[in-house]
Amino acid sequence: MLTTAKSGGCASSSCGSSSRPTDMDSATWEKIKDHPCFSEEAHHYFARMHVAVAPACNIQCNYCNRKYDCANESRPGVVSEKLTPDQALRKVIAVANEVPQLSVLGIAGPGDACYDWKKTRATFERIAREIPDIKLCISTNGLALPEHVDELAELNISHVTITINMVDPAVGEKIYPWIFYGHRRYTGMEAAKILHERQMLGLEMLSKRGILTKINSVMIPGINDQHLIEVNKWVKERGAFLHNVMPLISDPAHGTCFGQTGQRGPTALELKALQDRLEGGAKLMRHCRQCRADAVGLLGTDRGQEFTLDQIPLEPGYNSGKRHAYREVVSRIRDDHLAAKNQAITTLASVSVRGSLHVAVATKGGGRINEHFGHAKEFQVYEASQTGIKFVGHRKVEPYCRGGWGEEATLGGIIAALEGINIVLCAKIGDCPQKQLMEAGIRATEAFGYDYIETAISALYAAEYGLDLSKATA
Amino acid sequence: MAFKIVASQCTQCGACEFECPSDAIEFKGEKYVIDPNKCTECEGVFELQQCASVCPVPKTCVPA
Repeated sequence: MLTTAKSGGCASSSCGSSSRPTDMDSATWEKIKDHPCFSEEAHHYFARMHVAVAPACNIQCNYCNRKYDCANESRPGVVSEKLTPDQALRKVIAVANEVPQLSVLGIAGPGDACYDWKKTRATFERIAREIPDIKLCISTNGLALPEHVDELAELNISHVTITINMVDPAVGEKIYPWIFYGHRRYTGMEAAKILHERQMLGLEMLSKRGILTKINSVMIPGINDQHLIEVNKWVKERGAFLHNVMPLISDPAHGTCFGQTGQRGPTALELKALQDRLEGGAKLMRHCRQCRADAVGLLGTDRGQEFTLDQIPLEPGYNSGKRHAYREVVSRIRDDHLAAKNQAITTLASVSVRGSLHVAVATKGGGRINEHFGHAKEFQVYEASQTGIKFVGHRKVEPYCRGGWGEEATLGGIIAALEGINIVLCAKIGDCPQKQLMEAGIRATEAFGYDYIETAISALYAAEYGLDLSKATA
Repeated sequence: MAFKIVASQCTQCGACEFECPSDAIEFKGEKYVIDPNKCTECEGVFELQQCASVCPVPKTCVPA
């Protein structure tokens, strides 16, 4: 009974509640179970893609520079090539044919999907006609959102993300130099007030329509970090399903106002501390990757460069075979994974000594430890305690193996990024980095290569806090 | 008098095109251009020139 209660719902996927969190109704789970951004569990299996069809924007943020375009940069609003709706259709079909994990199509800019609405609408109409089972979603700053809610519902857009960085215009004034609304440019407090009111109205309208919403908030130290606690309360009251607090990305090379004036981004620990304070408010998303407006693939593994216009077929026909076959496989894997998670929870609960363990995992997806330390571009971070294993975020790193140069500096960066971590799990790791991590107080092991993440963590936790390891692995 | 677009600074977001009440702006060749015969500088329609108001890059939609 304890195991069932903690794992949530029936263990069999035939009941339609496989892997469903305990605090979620089945109708909502049906909406998000295949959406990598709205479900942390889904993000191990499913991919999204964004098409950059909406270059026009109606606001300026001090953390954005839409003139800057670099293929190596990963930051919201960045694209390498803008697309027309017809080009977007070609691209989506090409990706759907080759990336079986694809379940979601989003329009996230590079400007604003609601402001550049004609292109957004035209794109969704074309794609819904060709690939009816793909989920559609948009990301918007919210200023033009209220006027398009009816059309979003009509197009069956089931998920909307709104970036909301403040509910106090005095804070907003420091983030938004101007907005363009009602054929006029506004600045200062007036601009922030209009934006705030439109964001709240849009959110309320979406909630009334039953459209799931995720709220993105950029954490800007000294400007809105503590204020985001208030934002969380406001959006929860208005029906937001998920709140995603992401760190300001601030680099002078990006040419953003914040980057050039030296406004720093938060450290990983500052971000986690704020996220922890928000537990209990709107449900938190901790697995966001702050992807580009032309991202393709599983979160954290962008394959956009493989699908530029010059590389895709001119008139691809859609073939659903790979996607359908993949769903069959995922259905079985999820059952297997769920059983492993339940076993892990049982193992943790049997440990009598209380404690916590912070684990970083190198993974390529599928919920398994299946990436080499040297190839990892990020580590997923989990916190284990007697009460369970919680995904708490990810740490981006420069891959250690880069063809034999710069390894020392890279490893230093990785060690810094892994601050607060007790142990690193990966499929393989070389002796040299393993030794240096140990010297920095971080253990690393490949002993659990290709195991499920939760299975490995529960075994480690049991070993750390007293249970006989042989029992844990039985 | 009419407005013009400084192509070297333009990010080609296209906001000016659909905001222009005179349909004076279009994408030609590899850039957005304003037809001086159609541009009224929004006089009598809007208080401010729409292209300049919405353009994200300062001093890109400017008097010709």
